[in-house]
Amino acid sequence: MSKDIKADPAVPADGDPYGERIDEQPHRDATPHAESGLSEGAESVGTAATGGAVSGRSASLWSDAWKELRRNPLFVISALMLLLMVVIAAAPGLFTNQSPRACNLANTVGRPQAGHPFGFDIQGCDYYTLVVYGARTSITIGVLVVGVALLIAIVLGCIAGFYGGFADTLLARAADVWFAIPAILGAIVILSVFNQRGLFQVAFVLIVFYWPVMMRLMRSSVLGTKEVEYVDAARALGASDVRILRRHILPNAIAPVIVYATITVGIVIASEAALSFLGVGLQLPAISWGLMISVSQNRILQDPHLLLFPALFLSITVFSFILLGDALRDALDPKLR
Amino acid sequence: MARYLARRLLQIIPVFFGATFLIYAAVYSIPGDPIRALAGDRPLPASTIEALRDEFNLDDPLPVQYAKYIAGLFRGDFGQSFRGREVSEILRQRFPVTIRLGLLAFAIEVVIGLLAGLLAGLRRGSFLDNLVLVSTTFVISIPIFVLGFVAQLVLGVRFGLLPVAGLREGWVSYVLPAMVLGSVSLAYAARLTRTSLVENLRADYVRTATAKGMPRRRVVGRHALRNSLIPVVTFLGVDLGALMGGAIITEGIFNIPGIGREVFVAVRGQEGTIVVGIVTALVMIFIFSTLLVDILYAFLDPRIRYE
Repeated sequence: MSKDIKADPAVPADGDPYGERIDEQPHRDATPHAESGLSEGAESVGTAATGGAVSGRSASLWSDAWKELRRNPLFVISALMLLLMVVIAAAPGLFTNQSPRACNLANTVGRPQAGHPFGFDIQGCDYYTLVVYGARTSITIGVLVVGVALLIAIVLGCIAGFYGGFADTLLARAADVWFAIPAILGAIVILSVFNQRGLFQVAFVLIVFYWPVMMRLMRSSVLGTKEVEYVDAARALGASDVRILRRHILPNAIAPVIVYATITVGIVIASEAALSFLGVGLQLPAISWGLMISVSQNRILQDPHLLLFPALFLSITVFSFILLGDALRDALDPKLR
Repeated sequence: MARYLARRLLQIIPVFFGATFLIYAAVYSIPGDPIRALAGDRPLPASTIEALRDEFNLDDPLPVQYAKYIAGLFRGDFGQSFRGREVSEILRQRFPVTIRLGLLAFAIEVVIGLLAGLLAGLRRGSFLDNLVLVSTTFVISIPIFVLGFVAQLVLGVRFGLLPVAGLREGWVSYVLPAMVLGSVSLAYAARLTRTSLVENLRADYVRTATAKGMPRRRVVGRHALRNSLIPVVTFLGVDLGALMGGAIITEGIFNIPGIGREVFVAVRGQEGTIVVGIVTALVMIFIFSTLLVDILYAFLDPRIRYE
């Protein structure tokens, strides 16, 4: 999948006889509104805006976006913060030399002090260590859920948008069904089916509720992209459906979905925390920011540090993903320039 | 229009049955025996278990159970809980609380969200615009249960401005929870309004209107605003149902006896009929509100023609 994202539509690949002329300009008429019939207006605006920006062969959508992103301070800040979070998640040992399981009841709900900047939890565990180890759960859930949901959404969205007909109807109705169920209540019911709830069970339920939105977005984006001349041209030259989708439609249609997916990583992380907070997500002894807040919810008045630190890390992580998505949208959507 | 309406109504059927069946099947699969859960340390006599299982159709296969449940539903019968309470009675008791909470949150969302979005969109790049953008990003990023606790601690406990929990003080008790519940939707509504307005203010028809000498008030009020609000109305319509379904966390934090709390307790107590009943009611609210939005759409946007 990452290969397709990086595939530069403006640079003809070797052995691609029709790539050069057909892919000359980035086509940016796919908007989430395409489905609602607003695309006519948006199309002309989008083409007009990009028309002037095309300068030479290097001006593809993604290389333009990258240039724009590097200059955007919000992107740099959020990317650095997320990099830090990913490093913490991958190697928590770099940030603390204590074990999150090394607890001493004598320290129960101890206040922040030298050597223990975040204090202690009810079990007398070092809170800083717990918060550090909690990053792994959040990042894993966020990336796993969005990765799988995105993959499902791209495949099904391409099928629905490109072929239409019965497959489209079927997928649209299937998505409708999931939309109609209130997400949190549905997740509570489905999660209570499992005897043991670990990372994978929670991830599964979140995937089930997050793929339909992305699928719809992908579908409308493909719909807006497939009616353009370069797709007709590719077909006239005898390209197969898979090739048209992979080389011509996907690189131009995926931008809105990527933006949405980036933001969704943050939303998914918050959802996991919310489910764990409600007591239907991860179970002790798992280490999760939502679970930490859940366990301490009755002591928040007396010991605010139990709420403060996990909540702070949770919010910063979610915030960074949303900021990153916003920056991506600004860079990928020439209409807003 | 009539044909579109007919097709749209037909689409409701698979959604209704699909969603209710999924929930029914999930509740059916929750491990443990709900009848045994009724009894304490002393198990029920075998004959009682038999009678109860028969009464609640527990020995039928899943599709038959579901069919019997739906048949009851169409007669207006939501069934009974295992403890003998009428589920419709529980709905009558709990739903008004959540509806009041949801409507107040919705009102806050519409008034403040639209206003902030409009002000930001009209003055793109101004201080106010940036303030709205940054503050909405913050609100979206902070998980709602953290927001709830903070609001409770700061506004309720520290400053004593509003009731902290429960419903004993009448409608004032709803204000703080509604603010928390509506906050995230408010942020989305504000951003959507802003983006939509900014996009429309650049459209050709706005330039034309300005060029022919129309005062800005009228350009914005008659042209840009009307078109910008179309996606916002869609969002708001779908969100009203989502607010009620999402109230569970807020209801938990502020100790409000609405449907969210009821579902939560019911799942723990394996009261399947209560869970299915409440979710079914929410599914119906969702279906109805999206239908309404879709029809409204045709009137709001003359470009959309249904054939």
